[in-house]
Amino acid sequence: MVAKAKKTKRDLPEALAKLADEVIAAANKGRTPSLDIPVRSLANVRFNEQKRYIEMGNDKQEREFFNVNMAKKFMQTMCVAAACRQLEDEGKTTSIRDLFYMIKHRIDGSSENTVDDQSESDAVIEDLEVTAQFIREELNLFAENKGALAGEITLVDSGDTIDGRAVGSGGWAIPSIVEQDVIQFKKCSAQFVLLIEKGAVWHRLNQDKFWRKHKCIILHGGGQPPRGVRRLCYRFVNELKLPLYVYVDNDPWGYYIYSVLKQGSINLAFESQRMAVPSARFIGLSSFDPEKYGLDKKATAIGLEEGDIRRAKEILAYPWFQSKEWQKEIHNMLANGAKFELEALTNKSISFVTEEYLPRKIKEKDWLD
Amino acid sequence: MPSRKAAPPVVASKIAPEAATRRKPEVKRVTAQEMAAKQRDISVAEFFQKNRHLLGFDNPRKALLTTVKEAVDNSLDACEEAGILPDIKVKIEVARSGDGTMPASPAQAERFIVSVEDNGPGIVKKNIGKVFAKLLYGSKFHRLRMSRGQQGIGISAAGMYGQLTTGKPTKVTSKIEKEGVAHVFEVSIDTKKNEPVEHETSTDKWDREHGTKVTIELEGRYQKGKGSVDEYLELTSIANPHAAFKYVGPEGPPKEYPRGVDYLPAAPREIKPHPYGIELGMLLKMLQDTKSHWLSGFLSSEFVRVSPKVADEICKAAKISPRARPRDVMGKDAEVLYKTLQTTKLMSPPTDCISPIGEKAILAGLYKEIDGDFYTAVTRPPAVYRGNPFVIEAGIAFGNKGFLPKEGEEAPAAAAESELPLENGDEKNGSKRPATLAELRKAARIKEKLAKEEERGPELARLIRFANRVPLVYQQTACATYKAATEVGWRKYGLTQSRGSLPQGSLCLFVHMGSVWVPFTSESKEAIADYDEIRKEIRLALQECGRRLGIHLNKIAKAKYEMSRRDKFALYIKEVAEACGKLKHKYGAVNVEKLKKQLQAVAEKVTGGEDTEAELNRKENAPSDLENTIIVTEKGIEGAVPEGLLPAKTAESAPAEAPAAVEPEKKEVKGKSKTKAKGKGESKPPAKAAQAAVPDDIPIYSGGKQVAGKKVKGKAGAAIQPQARKGGKGKSKQKELF
Repeated sequence: MVAKAKKTKRDLPEALAKLADEVIAAANKGRTPSLDIPVRSLANVRFNEQKRYIEMGNDKQEREFFNVNMAKKFMQTMCVAAACRQLEDEGKTTSIRDLFYMIKHRIDGSSENTVDDQSESDAVIEDLEVTAQFIREELNLFAENKGALAGEITLVDSGDTIDGRAVGSGGWAIPSIVEQDVIQFKKCSAQFVLLIEKGAVWHRLNQDKFWRKHKCIILHGGGQPPRGVRRLCYRFVNELKLPLYVYVDNDPWGYYIYSVLKQGSINLAFESQRMAVPSARFIGLSSFDPEKYGLDKKATAIGLEEGDIRRAKEILAYPWFQSKEWQKEIHNMLANGAKFELEALTNKSISFVTEEYLPRKIKEKDWLD
Repeated sequence: MPSRKAAPPVVASKIAPEAATRRKPEVKRVTAQEMAAKQRDISVAEFFQKNRHLLGFDNPRKALLTTVKEAVDNSLDACEEAGILPDIKVKIEVARSGDGTMPASPAQAERFIVSVEDNGPGIVKKNIGKVFAKLLYGSKFHRLRMSRGQQGIGISAAGMYGQLTTGKPTKVTSKIEKEGVAHVFEVSIDTKKNEPVEHETSTDKWDREHGTKVTIELEGRYQKGKGSVDEYLELTSIANPHAAFKYVGPEGPPKEYPRGVDYLPAAPREIKPHPYGIELGMLLKMLQDTKSHWLSGFLSSEFVRVSPKVADEICKAAKISPRARPRDVMGKDAEVLYKTLQTTKLMSPPTDCISPIGEKAILAGLYKEIDGDFYTAVTRPPAVYRGNPFVIEAGIAFGNKGFLPKEGEEAPAAAAESELPLENGDEKNGSKRPATLAELRKAARIKEKLAKEEERGPELARLIRFANRVPLVYQQTACATYKAATEVGWRKYGLTQSRGSLPQGSLCLFVHMGSVWVPFTSESKEAIADYDEIRKEIRLALQECGRRLGIHLNKIAKAKYEMSRRDKFALYIKEVAEACGKLKHKYGAVNVEKLKKQLQAVAEKVTGGEDTEAELNRKENAPSDLENTIIVTEKGIEGAVPEGLLPAKTAESAPAEAPAAVEPEKKEVKGKSKTKAKGKGESKPPAKAAQAAVPDDIPIYSGGKQVAGKKVKGKAGAAIQPQARKGGKGKSKQKELF
């Protein structure tokens, strides 16, 4: 934690009060109150070649109160800020779903609610994170738990010791907040970390005790990995110096999951520095693998849809996908006109992935950087 | 039956025997002598009976209206020609049926007594018979000038219709200025000779200085709604705001259609025909009738825009000597002359023979008779079609809140609803009996009717049409005005319109054509013929009105938008201010209430400030940049309200501190206002300004709008806002007046 390390949690109420100051000052001067909100979009991120991750630019958007298109969001931003202040005062943390209900109410004299859908408050939370320069966890908010872990590690979660070799078939549920004060690493004999896109495939690996044979930690994030999972990976790599392999579907969304882990996401670019793992490796599924591993293409290929092709082309243009290998990889997928799910390997045999595919991949160092 | 007229002896003799023998044997031969025996004069009565539709007497209902119309037109024309502001009383009474019984209700009556009374100059004794009981007698046919009637058929036809259907003569009372008494005549028409039969019955000490009253008993049918006498008088009063009408119908309270302007329209100048506007037959007749000795003199003296020089040129072109005797120009020569006249380049006729109603007067007419929020009127510059000068005028009355249905057809759904019998029987009387079959059937019928009403779709604009100030009530879709109105792209102006139909909404379109010769599609004069020049002028006039309405609607829409923004901001202000309060808690507390007020002020500033309110809730005396337009809102009236209507308003806004001596005025404070409060039903002397302009002692003149039918309902009460009548405003208006 670099820039934010300087701030302590005690600064939060003061930082939030600044939002109110802007409103009061504007009201005194008789002008429209407005907040400068950093823009969270592709236009305002840039790929830092040196650090190898996505950084947020300096573009800001004025969120004006007395503008029909922004008035509601402005009001919501203030409501979310006030709710976070309340959590801070009461020393509680809550899920973003809870926060949605905290601020949701009928506006006096209307048939309108402050918020109608959680997506509205979630977006405002992200705005607040970048505006107040406090990450979600510091705002006393957490997302729903998502993702599980198993493997050659022993860690302490809120005082309870967890043996990664004895977490049963469901694994250890990765909490949303995995900071030092909650999770400590005790003992680790793993050689690498394998992040799997899907819970089902993780389950196969766990059942086959893949982690025992190959001395590793396996975890999944249930699709796009949540912040807790990403932050945990970051800590494995930076604190335990383990290599991270990413194992995802062979489709544009799989590529992007890999890229989010490696370079950070566009939406949360401001958090890249404490989340991104520039050394992460893409182990599969590559668009060349079906050929290489003799998959029954006819049986397992899924035709690319229009949305897939559009997304693939967008990814082709991202600065962090400009290496020759990656361009080849993506072009090959487009040339195949097909995508493959991780489960496609099961078409060969149930344990093909654990007994042949992954061991060979790692042995041959058949991955993309 | 063979047409008697079409078979003169000449034609008969042409049916040569040899031609006839070739025919099939069953055709019976008729000799010329036999045919001649059947040929005789057609009496006017017979002609009338066969052609009553041409004159507007197709059915009893129309006959009643036509009778009123002809009499009113006559009265208006007479008053205007004499330079008198018309005050006209129309009365319709139910008469005993032919069998002597009295009908139960006006709706069932078959006979009516119509009387129309005016304050015109009266008619000299010797002419009374001819005016009222001789067809084709009149002063208007022989001259080219803008006037209501033209052929001199109208009132005599009405009299004859009455005579034919009831056997009763027309009763005429006439008083000439400075004659002490009025003469009462009974006139009827000798239907064989088309000659009046008249006899003076009595003399009468009439309280009028001068005037004419005509009473006709006729077969008719009384009905309200479209095409009713009520509507006709309302429309007439719109196009003739200088006239005041009082109407006593067969049922309901008397109605008044007050005067809107206190000046007469400029008297139209008589002009000679323009060569482009005449037909060959007319030219032949003129050639025979002229007093000129030479053809060139004839041309330059009988036609407008033909100078002696041009006349010589025409003669030269037609290869007829300018010195020829006009009477000798016949046959082929006449035809050549006619063609030459049509092809010679001539100046357009002068247009000062047209007397438009005028924008101010139209505004006054619309404003006093139609309930709305926005009025505008346009008079186009005169134009010419086929050598006839004409002028088109248009107007719009627009109501945001809706312009109420006419009496009689108002809220039919609601009325029917209340008639709905209870399906579970009549509980009102306490007797809980099951509904009878008949009642259930009736309920089903009414329900069906209601469903139909709903299907009828959105309300279309009402188009009111006038030709030389006379309302046109029938055959709307055949009329050039309708065609032009549907051609205008009303969507541009913020209205809804389906293709090829009138715009939708609470809208009244007014179109008037004034001309020395209005071209009608048929003899019954119900629709204006569709000439390109005319249609174009109507379109242009309506477009200008539409443009002004569009500007008005735009402003309102913008203000509404700003207001909706402001409302939205206002909702959020409380949330934001309270959030600020929480955020600043312990970190320099904040006055939440003050913050709310400050934010509210900023919100108002960014949403157009006071202008927005002004636009929606118009303040008094707010300036309007629209020409000849009146805009009405709850707070007051803005724009070119004609002076004739202002006195009423001054009286209305005269505050309670008015001196006790002015009793009647004081009473009016309650009753009258532009907000169309309930009228009193009886007339009150208006403010002095108006009184001075009105001829003395006219009993039916009323100062402002009062009992103008629908006006009584609708806004009554609801719109009377106390602040609109505060003393201060009354005073400032009064100042403006003088």
